[in-house]
Amino acid sequence: MEAVKQQAAPAARAINIESIHRGAKVSLADETTCLEVKDFNLFYGNKQALHGINMTIPKNRVTAFIGPSGCGKSTLLRCFNRMNDLIDSVRIEGQMLLEGNNLNAPAVNVADLRRQVGMVFQKPNPFPKSIYENVAYGLRLQGINERLTLDKVVEKSLKGAALWDEVKDRLHESAMGLSGGQQQRLVIARAIAIEPEVLLLDEPASALDPLSTLKIEELIYELKDKYTIVIVTHNMQQAARVSDYTAFMYMGELIEFGATDELFTNPAKKQTEDYITGRYG
Amino acid sequence: MSNKSFSSWMKSGSPWVWLNAGAVSISLVMVVGLLLLIAVRGLSHFWPADIMAIPYTEPGKEVITLVGEAIDSEVVSAKQLSRVGIELPEGQASAERLLIKVGNRDYFGLDFRWINQPWMGEVSYPAELLAIERREWGEFYGYLSSVKQQGEIVVSGDAAFAELQHRLIRSNNLVGDIKSLAKNEMGKINAGLEELRLEKRKLELRSVADTSIQFAELAEAEKLLDVSYKDLQNKLAALYKELNRDQMMVVMSDGREVEIPLAKVVQALRPNAMTVFEKLVVYGHEIWKFVSGDPREANTEGGVFPAIFGTVMMVLIMAVLVTPFGVIAAVYLKEYATQGPIIRLIRIAVNNLAGVPSIVYGVFGLGFFVYFLGGNIDELFFQASLPSPTFGTPGLMWASLTLAILTVPVVIVATEEGLSRIPRAIREGSLALGATKAETLWRTVLPMAAPAMMTGLILAVARAAGEVAPLMMVGVVKLAPALAVDNIAPYLHLDRQFMHLGFHIYDVGFQSPNVEAARPLVYATALLLIVIIIVLNLAAIKIRNRLRENYKASES
Repeated sequence: MEAVKQQAAPAARAINIESIHRGAKVSLADETTCLEVKDFNLFYGNKQALHGINMTIPKNRVTAFIGPSGCGKSTLLRCFNRMNDLIDSVRIEGQMLLEGNNLNAPAVNVADLRRQVGMVFQKPNPFPKSIYENVAYGLRLQGINERLTLDKVVEKSLKGAALWDEVKDRLHESAMGLSGGQQQRLVIARAIAIEPEVLLLDEPASALDPLSTLKIEELIYELKDKYTIVIVTHNMQQAARVSDYTAFMYMGELIEFGATDELFTNPAKKQTEDYITGRYG
Repeated sequence: MSNKSFSSWMKSGSPWVWLNAGAVSISLVMVVGLLLLIAVRGLSHFWPADIMAIPYTEPGKEVITLVGEAIDSEVVSAKQLSRVGIELPEGQASAERLLIKVGNRDYFGLDFRWINQPWMGEVSYPAELLAIERREWGEFYGYLSSVKQQGEIVVSGDAAFAELQHRLIRSNNLVGDIKSLAKNEMGKINAGLEELRLEKRKLELRSVADTSIQFAELAEAEKLLDVSYKDLQNKLAALYKELNRDQMMVVMSDGREVEIPLAKVVQALRPNAMTVFEKLVVYGHEIWKFVSGDPREANTEGGVFPAIFGTVMMVLIMAVLVTPFGVIAAVYLKEYATQGPIIRLIRIAVNNLAGVPSIVYGVFGLGFFVYFLGGNIDELFFQASLPSPTFGTPGLMWASLTLAILTVPVVIVATEEGLSRIPRAIREGSLALGATKAETLWRTVLPMAAPAMMTGLILAVARAAGEVAPLMMVGVVKLAPALAVDNIAPYLHLDRQFMHLGFHIYDVGFQSPNVEAARPLVYATALLLIVIIIVLNLAAIKIRNRLRENYKASES
């Protein structure tokens, strides 16, 4: 019974999401700023990948980055939790502020920053441990090992990621036995278990089938009450469905940034219009 | 036509398939053949073979009776025989000759003898022939005539054999008691006395003004130990007296009757009277004695337990040393060091280290570990026992360390390979949750690379268990007086020398005074060494497979 209900639900709710977007009027000026990017440049060795990016990402909203492959949207996303630190040749200029604090300042502890700014990757990357241990990983890192606390957080996170009902009877089985869509939701559960402020999603549904994609999109919609979400996507319909604000990037530059409805229905720049109407290669 | 079909056959690729299959089967046949040869030669030694009695007439001499076990036979040509002064009857081109083990070395001088078929009479297998395994002088063959107690005949004739078995159980129990008394209790007192001597020496070295009180205390303790030692000595003497109570009288093949004290007898069998099942029981018992017993008679008899123990101990200690060392080195090389020409150079050096001849490691171990490290450890911590060295002499610890250095490249290479196979996504996933690099390594990457580390360890163990040359310099001896583990604190004695199966093979095969008698033991020991290496490897493979099961993701 339970399973049948769940299968039927997403389609109905997906329509809901779209209708909500159509109705809501949003404007950047009214929003609280979460992340701010000021004159940001990034170089891979001598090659400049990001050119003078300026933007503010509003709190508790979904912001989508769209643009053709290689335009720098993933690179920009990875700057928000300093994942690019792992690449030796990367050099940055300009500022990036999280709640007003420069996150590239020398005093910032990268591990702490990444606890505040969680990330979900393109391909599901659960650890080869049990489902339970995957979700508890971030907490154990912080030294939280009490069984009761962990149990509570694991349940809450899995429920938050809409995975609890599917896995509650096999929490201690390997996460590798889950389907791709379930794995991706597990990874999201893992990320929200440590209660970050920002959640970065790097093409979270590109490796998934349509039904799983739908579930992830639904989940994003539910999560935005609590988290500021930044999502990179190749799928413009997805950006239109899930996001409040959309940024269009091209060749390492931010071409246009605004409310999703506005950008998709009435783009200000010619390049944006060409891209969203499919005139780019 | 045929030309065409030949070229199309060549093109089809089947010749190469045949070639490959041929190469594989030749290798297989060689391996199986080697194992079979070693197994047959080694294992047949323990079978209680029938004992022959042969009337033997050399030309111009009287008839004698030879009693013994057939070991080998070969066909020699008349020419060869005439060269050593033996003439065959006219028209016979060759003759068979037989190697028999006649035993009774203390009376006959040699336990083996070649005899020529033409001079042999009717072979018989008298049921009452007795094969006696002795603690000294090897096997004895003869006819039991009576059993004595304190020189007085107790039983003679047919009933003697049963009485003999009965009394042998008693004497063997006494031998066991004596051994455990000498080894455990007296060993403990000896260790205590040695400790007191060292205490005294330490006091002398410290050059404190007034040490008379301590000296007095030490003297008191020594007196106490002396008393209990005397006590044990008396006990031992009593046991020996008990042991020497019984004797047996045995008639040899040449008619002489000799006395053998039961204290010197391990067992006495009548193989000719035994059924196959009884022989099987004895066979199993003999193999068990070989595996669990101590060597006797310059290693040519008895068991090889100390060598098994030494080999396994050394390999285990080596594994414990080499794994952390190799893994830490690999983690640094792969994860932390800046990849550049220097690291590349180090990597090449590590790989080449695996190709250095093992004896060179032995020389290094002797020079660096034994003389330098061991010598300094003695200077610092064991000054009291100088000039006799504690660690400044070859021993188990240095042998294990030397082999650890010998095998560390294998572990490093395997671990590095395992680390590079962990997907980047897993590392990033961990880092994105706020883990530091070290935490990511410890919690995720290293567990996932564990199967690869185990693979390295398996290769290391396989190599170390078979290595002999470097060990001869850093700790292996022909006969170790004590095992490395015993009941005297600190229980594990890493400074002791040890026996090793590989060296045992060399020693028994080439250094023994009685090569003919020792040859089957060479095969048996070689078989045992192979079995032990296989068992160690299987254990490691089992652990690795279990780890792999846990971390399946890394494979996909």
